[in-house]
Amino acid sequence: MAAPIEIHLEFGGGAELLFNGIKEHHVTLPSQSEPWDMKQLLVWIQRNLLKERPELFVQGDSVRPGILVLINDADWELMGELEYQLQDRDNVVFISTLHGG
Amino acid sequence: MPAQCSSCTEKRAVLKRPKTGHSLCKECFFWAFEEEVHQTIVAAELFKSGESVGIAASGGKDSTVLAHVMKLLNERYNYGLELMLISVDEGITGYRDDSLETVKRNQQQYELPLKIVSYEELYGWTMDAIVKQVGLKNNCTFCGVFRRQALDRGAVMLKVDKICTGHNADDVAETVLMNVLRGDIARLRRCTAISTSSEGEGVVPRCKPLKYAYEKEIVLYAYFKKLDYFSTECIYSPNAYRGYARTFLKDLESIRPSTIIDIIHSGENLSVREGVKMPVQGTCSRCGYISSQALCKSCVLLEGLNRGLPKLGIGKHHRLHDKILSQQPLTDKEERKLKPVDF
Repeated sequence: MAAPIEIHLEFGGGAELLFNGIKEHHVTLPSQSEPWDMKQLLVWIQRNLLKERPELFVQGDSVRPGILVLINDADWELMGELEYQLQDRDNVVFISTLHGG
Repeated sequence: MPAQCSSCTEKRAVLKRPKTGHSLCKECFFWAFEEEVHQTIVAAELFKSGESVGIAASGGKDSTVLAHVMKLLNERYNYGLELMLISVDEGITGYRDDSLETVKRNQQQYELPLKIVSYEELYGWTMDAIVKQVGLKNNCTFCGVFRRQALDRGAVMLKVDKICTGHNADDVAETVLMNVLRGDIARLRRCTAISTSSEGEGVVPRCKPLKYAYEKEIVLYAYFKKLDYFSTECIYSPNAYRGYARTFLKDLESIRPSTIIDIIHSGENLSVREGVKMPVQGTCSRCGYISSQALCKSCVLLEGLNRGLPKLGIGKHHRLHDKILSQQPLTDKEERKLKPVDF
């Protein structure tokens, strides 16, 4: 049985608008037998935090193309993307690039 | 576990570059990003020493990064340029007024002079007023046309030699796709040019130093450097045609990241068969701005707005332009074609 883990989430680049405009969220993921991975985190976020328009955040199993994900300040593509297993006190940032420049 | 930086091999990598697939640490990424913009500028000979350059600034991610990098490279490589910020106020409540606050902060952060030109003072119409007349579709046409001229007017007021805009690789690739989808061969040929040719009354040459920079890297550069930018979608943009091209491009990028540069490359290497009819550049008979028709698009759109015929600039009504120029009255049928659609 894995212990519950604390995750620090940040939303930026306009993504925060889907979460009541709140950029920073400290969340505790409940304990479960398998370790938490990013795929499950996305499902959890959709179920528990996403306030509106889920299609603007997730597409299929992953994030909508155009949303960048950083885990502990590193591109999630380097960390295994959806397969990355979350650890206690990890910092996950979602930045939307889908707006004018 | 994260990889090591493929350049310095010392620090841990923080991003995977979509262009090359390399993993880079923060410092190597900053260096690579800045160096590539520098190479783009030098290879295309975008500027000459002693020139004054207006940086088109909206407070958004691209123009903020552009201003930051231009200032940095100007100092690092002694370009000898005098830099200024030009901003356009389209009069979009809740969007532009907020982003202009960001530009004013940028002005202080980068210590550059700033000029703001507004649609209200130039045309007598804010975008809010235009949308009320035109509706939620096709309003981007007005904004884009007016903004182009507004930037030129601002540049002339500031007496700059050149303008540079923050258009990035994604933008250029989207434009190529849009022009293919619409069959606009004339624009397709011009849209990948990194700088415009400079003839015409009141037209200031402009260029795109970030033309080969991926949007993803621009966002990450701004994030890691903690640059201050404004990030909300224009409230009138959801129905813009560009949105379709953007969604498609993003899906392509997720499959094969080099697609964006590849599309630009295809656009650049397009050649048109002889004998294909192309528009000829002339001047507007009313205001003297550059135009391929008798009346420039800006004059046509304004005429339509001022006469309550907002569809005048949308779609092909070239034959009616002559009538309008000579102040002849339109028939009922012609007027109906140009009036706004009632929902």
